[in-house]
Amino acid sequence: MSQGLIGKKIGMTSICTEEGKVIPVTVIQAGPCTVVQKKEDEKDGYTALQLGYGTIKKEHKVPNPMKGHFKKHNLPCFKTLSEFRFPESTDYEIGASVDVSLFEEGDSVLVTGKSKGRGFTGVLKRWNMSGGPASHGSRAYRIPGAQGQCADPARVFKGKRGPGRYGNKKTTIQNLEVIRVLADKNLILVKGSVPGPRKGLLIIRKK
Amino acid sequence: MDSQILRDLDNEYKRDDLPEFKTGDTIEVGFKIREGDKVRVQKFRGLCISKKKGPLGGTFTVRKISFSVGVEKTIPLYSPLIDSIKVIRRGKVRKSKLYYLRQLQGKKARVKELRDWEQQAAPSSSSPETKPEEKSL
Repeated sequence: MSQGLIGKKIGMTSICTEEGKVIPVTVIQAGPCTVVQKKEDEKDGYTALQLGYGTIKKEHKVPNPMKGHFKKHNLPCFKTLSEFRFPESTDYEIGASVDVSLFEEGDSVLVTGKSKGRGFTGVLKRWNMSGGPASHGSRAYRIPGAQGQCADPARVFKGKRGPGRYGNKKTTIQNLEVIRVLADKNLILVKGSVPGPRKGLLIIRKK
Repeated sequence: MDSQILRDLDNEYKRDDLPEFKTGDTIEVGFKIREGDKVRVQKFRGLCISKKKGPLGGTFTVRKISFSVGVEKTIPLYSPLIDSIKVIRRGKVRKSKLYYLRQLQGKKARVKELRDWEQQAAPSSSSPETKPEEKSL
């Protein structure tokens, strides 16, 4: 994990370059995040910053151990915590704010989020299988086909692709180009799509 | 809130200098074309057969018959490549997408002119400084 931020997906739109080229972008509201904890070499065996994002208003709903973790440094309670390995992590104090100025135009970023849950799904959608013929009385329109061999091995191998729950899993999209950074609005515009629904939580990391 | 952020981003590209036009209108679009260092304007005159909503003011499609071959151009309304848009003729159409014209040729592929449109509420097209485009989103 290199340096990064926690954010929220706003939605997709298109922007236009001066040459008239249209670029599809995802708008992400990233940060500002607060440094909650510093992991240090002597104590933890590695260096990292623990960042918090999104304050919780109903503090009585926060478990006491978590509350103590925040109140140790008189910080508000955060909804999300995540660790990032900043190369210059010693420069940051606990309680310091990290914002989108971290990113620059042209940067390559990794975006992690939870993909949209699609529920119980057949193999055509879940594994891009071909299915059977649509006509000539086949009746095998959307079935997965053969599961394997016969009397030997007399079982279906583990990991055989079949229907089941699809989506709602942690997904990372790599090498997305940062098209624009709007520091005053805490927005970054990333080329292409990112996992998850609108308002979904995202972790944006620098490559 | 979130949709407002997207709208604000889109409004950065908004152009007020273009006249209002509808599907069925014959328009002349001046395209900026870059050749090396020089930029020249190419006129593309044809029938607007579709207008779609979306980011960058949505897109519109202009169709014309060039040397008996149908040619269509689809571009975003707020594209910086558009130098100017001039409305030549207002058409009387009953559909918002005139894709049926692609199947037709010659006299059948015509659109009736909307009579007396200059007297109607529609803004005049000839002058470039017409009233600003209505909200497209």
